[in-house]
Amino acid sequence: MNLSGLLSQFLAIMAALLLAPLLTGWVNQWRAWLQNRSGPGLLQPYRMLRKLFIKESVVAESASPLFRMAPYVAFGCMLLSCAIIPTLSTDLPLSPAADAIALVGLFAMARVFMALAAMDIGTAFGSLGARREMLIGFLAEPALLSVLFTASLISQSTALTEIVENLAHRDFVLYPSLAFAGIAFCLVSFAENARVPVDNPTTHLELTMIHEALILEYSGRHLALIEWAISLKLFAYSCIGLALFFPWGIAEAQAPVALILAIPAMLFKLAIGGFLLALIETLCAKMRIFRVPEFLATAFLMAVIGMLTHFLLGS
Amino acid sequence: MDNLITQLINLFAAVILMLAFAMLSQRRILTLIHLFTLQGLTVVASTVAVAYVTHQHHLYYSAALTLALKCFLIPYLLHRLINRLNVRWDIETLINIPTIMLIGIVLVVFSFNLALPIAKLSASIARGTLGIAIACFLLSFMMMITRAKAVPQVIGFLSMENALFFAATSATYGMPMVVELGIALDVLVGVLILGVFMFQIREQFDSLDISHLEKLKED
Repeated sequence: MNLSGLLSQFLAIMAALLLAPLLTGWVNQWRAWLQNRSGPGLLQPYRMLRKLFIKESVVAESASPLFRMAPYVAFGCMLLSCAIIPTLSTDLPLSPAADAIALVGLFAMARVFMALAAMDIGTAFGSLGARREMLIGFLAEPALLSVLFTASLISQSTALTEIVENLAHRDFVLYPSLAFAGIAFCLVSFAENARVPVDNPTTHLELTMIHEALILEYSGRHLALIEWAISLKLFAYSCIGLALFFPWGIAEAQAPVALILAIPAMLFKLAIGGFLLALIETLCAKMRIFRVPEFLATAFLMAVIGMLTHFLLGS
Repeated sequence: MDNLITQLINLFAAVILMLAFAMLSQRRILTLIHLFTLQGLTVVASTVAVAYVTHQHHLYYSAALTLALKCFLIPYLLHRLINRLNVRWDIETLINIPTIMLIGIVLVVFSFNLALPIAKLSASIARGTLGIAIACFLLSFMMMITRAKAVPQVIGFLSMENALFFAATSATYGMPMVVELGIALDVLVGVLILGVFMFQIREQFDSLDISHLEKLKED
């Protein structure tokens, strides 16, 4: 571990913490524009976070310590996953702590705690949301793992930093298997981030909400942490997508100049990605919940075919 | 440069397989026709790429023929057909779609395994894509089997022809021109005849459900 490694690690964490709400704001802004509304402004997520942190946090009488703990666990999981994803540089001292498989585990842990906390209060909506969330989760995880495995097969490593180093800094090669993995990854990230074809992030309608039902009982700083964790999750998923499929611009180890250039590159890629997300969300209609298994089965299938294509066409 | 184009051919092959799966999972006839047109375009693109790398001029002609036929004429005929039959939306599948997809994976594994030893015998640049071509062939075949209505079955038949054409291009740089012209005409005439057939089926049974054809007598 050296100074430049520490610096790039620190930069990566700070970028995630500060830019994640901005990305959410950017997506919401574009969603509003595309739907002919005037948007709430790019900085709205920051204002909401400040408001929620100032407000008093009200907890139900029947809540156990688990309920108070869950927001911190979720936030911690998301922050750690943002720290090990190579967003700006592949020189991350924390990255040996968790590889791609552990990353999926981190997402799963956050999800399990949120689901348990939602059930903890004992309201009907909480357990309804928790069940739906776990339904989506158990279908999305194998697909996400297969996507990451496809990338690992190409670069012979499950560490995200090494995958990116292999993809970004070698000769340019077109990988057909990554095309399949890319589509599968898009489908999975819509499901995991509670985006429109699967779940509407702005709805509060009992029958259709999945994610909102989970956090209905939270308020004050707990809700702020959860909202921040949701933004971090969107940021983390966008960065995994960018790192696997558009890895150009991410700095190597021992390259301070590239590290400075990596920041505008990442902002540019995230801006385009956020716009595309808003566009797809506007163009799609929300699915019935019983269509979701079919949607995620397609994602899993695409990812598996990606792996098979890798073996057939070689590299 | 040639290396990059070879990779491009592999990428096109992957896109064709992806579109075959998309067609397999599609519920709407109109989208099915759009997917079929896209698949035709991808086949044309990969044929042009093979022709460019190998300097086989007759492949340009067959690509042009495929473009005219499968991207313009046949989709146009299909659009007219579904407008006149008034069946733009619904398709029922005989097995539910996730199961079809899982069987699809098995078919892909089977054909990839089947193609590996064959591809070793071939010397063409796109030999790796033979497995994908076989997989697309089997998937279109399964689409014909699992659909209850006549129009999706015809589209399945046409996409099977796409897969065969792609297999011929990737394994042996295409068939002789005479054979290709013959097949193209066959497909065109096939679509016309099947179109007439569909009108007859609907006249007779008031629906396009093929299972009515199993009855031999009026009851």
